Amino acid sequence: MSRISTDQVKHVANLARLSITEDEAQNFTKHLDAIITFAEQLNELDTDNVEPTSHVLDMKNVMREDVPKEGLPREDVLKNAPDHVDGQIRVPSIIE
Amino acid sequence: MSLFDHKLSDLHELLHKKEVKVSDLVEESYKRIGQVDSQVQAFLTLDEEKARSTAKKLDEKLGTDESKGLLFGMPIGIKDNIVTRDLRTTCASKILENFDPIYDATVVQKLQQAETITIGKLNMDEFAMGSSTENSGFKKTKNPWNLDTVPGGSSGGSAAAVAAGEVPFSLGSDTGGSIRQPASFCGVVGLKPTYGRVSRFGLVAFASSLDQIGPVTRTVEDNAYLLQAISGLDPMDSTSANVEVPNFVQALTGDVKGLKIAVPKEYLGEGVNEEVKQSVLASLKVLESLGATWEEVSLPHSKYALATYYLLSSSEASANLARFDGVRYGYRTPNADNLMDLYKNTRAEGFGDEVKRRIMLGTFALSSGYYDAYYKKAQKVRTLIKKDFEDVFEKYDVIVGPTTPTPAFKIGEKTSDPLTMYMNDILTIPVNLAGVPGISVPCGLSNGLPLGLQIIGKHFDESTVYRVAHAFEQATDFHKQKPQL
Repeated sequence: MSRISTDQVKHVANLARLSITEDEAQNFTKHLDAIITFAEQLNELDTDNVEPTSHVLDMKNVMREDVPKEGLPREDVLKNAPDHVDGQIRVPSIIE
Repeated sequence: MSLFDHKLSDLHELLHKKEVKVSDLVEESYKRIGQVDSQVQAFLTLDEEKARSTAKKLDEKLGTDESKGLLFGMPIGIKDNIVTRDLRTTCASKILENFDPIYDATVVQKLQQAETITIGKLNMDEFAMGSSTENSGFKKTKNPWNLDTVPGGSSGGSAAAVAAGEVPFSLGSDTGGSIRQPASFCGVVGLKPTYGRVSRFGLVAFASSLDQIGPVTRTVEDNAYLLQAISGLDPMDSTSANVEVPNFVQALTGDVKGLKIAVPKEYLGEGVNEEVKQSVLASLKVLESLGATWEEVSLPHSKYALATYYLLSSSEASANLARFDGVRYGYRTPNADNLMDLYKNTRAEGFGDEVKRRIMLGTFALSSGYYDAYYKKAQKVRTLIKKDFEDVFEKYDVIVGPTTPTPAFKIGEKTSDPLTMYMNDILTIPVNLAGVPGISVPCGLSNGLPLGLQIIGKHFDESTVYRVAHAFEQATDFHKQKPQL
């Protein structure tokens, strides 16, 4: 039985901000289904009383003094921008 | 004979006595790259002009106190996911094809303080996702031992360049085996430090809870020198650890008498090639003859590591790679009338297949309704895998096994099925999940292809890992073997 449908794959691609062709959607469905099926072996393990690990070291919040510092120079920040005008990064209009 | 047949401390001595100049080392590097890189294809970008001018400046300091540091004047290669100011950094991805960083990674700053010379940037699997360097968006690096086989990955360029004698040492990064596996395939020494030992500031993030930068070298001693230079707490990386950095080279005593070695039965089990097994058993005999003892143990959750890793690393990657949207840097699609299409088409045109696959897997595992079943479940299994290591390290000093289940495979052999490719990393992935340090050292040849011995230590105990690796290296000749190019 398939764990993931092509419609789900298209939904996930939208969440991931990836445009995909119909062919790619079919392909991703096949590959993701195989990987997810493989991952379901984790269900063999009883983890009800196990704490999740998000970080391997025993570290708590790392604090530092809040000291103002010089920001990056504008020309550096714009150096790699694909499109910029008047010192600002330009994108297609976002308000109709 | 190449100058780079010398270990770093000997090269340092030659510089100190003025028998060799820094410029000679830099020329040696570019000469060798000119001879072999058209075949090996380890480098993506060279920094010749700057390297040569820096070498000239350093030559003027030769013989003064300023040249006393051991890494002074040494040419190095850097994996292309570590940012270098004004030197193109692509992560081997089309999406960063024209990206010139505006700052240096902390490790790069530290290398500059040590006055190494950056020769160029090294090829890799795109965004470090892969085990063969075949996922590079630009070129396929070849294994210098056999040009029909892969160098491993994702730090394939870093390992191949050192093996081919193009640079005496390099930096790689390791998320699930990406330093150790190519080191094993290319017959060089590669260490993944303890998570938190080395700052990740300026390492383009793949899976932030697993990524570590580490050294790739020809000898264990060289490796210890390089780790020394790049280790330590960094205010720019809040996950770098506030722990003392010991003198790693001092740990290389050659003495392993009374050392207790654990050999997980899962690391010599199903799927591990017979010659690989035999070379590990022979290596254990060598360590026994030096006074160490070994016993078989179990890391019972090993078989779950691969699934755990792919869920966690892909989830983290899907978040980390969200920043590549065509707005502030990198590639931008010409095919977009609105912002949403700009995001979607930029990413569709800029990322390669494997990167997309992992972004999709990670987005799925984190999406509403699936988070608990996949992402959180994997985090819980990670706890069990970590505990496996803690239990073994209560009684033993190090864990020893193979680095990879097989020697290097043929180019194209495993590209059709992602799961087959992922199986390569079953022996290295658990180490990243547990956050402990692991090294690969050469331990044999199979049909002319190198094999690697993996030595795994306790958190922040790279010293013991190095001591065992060095004692083994000095008792064997494997590190003296070189590919014929």
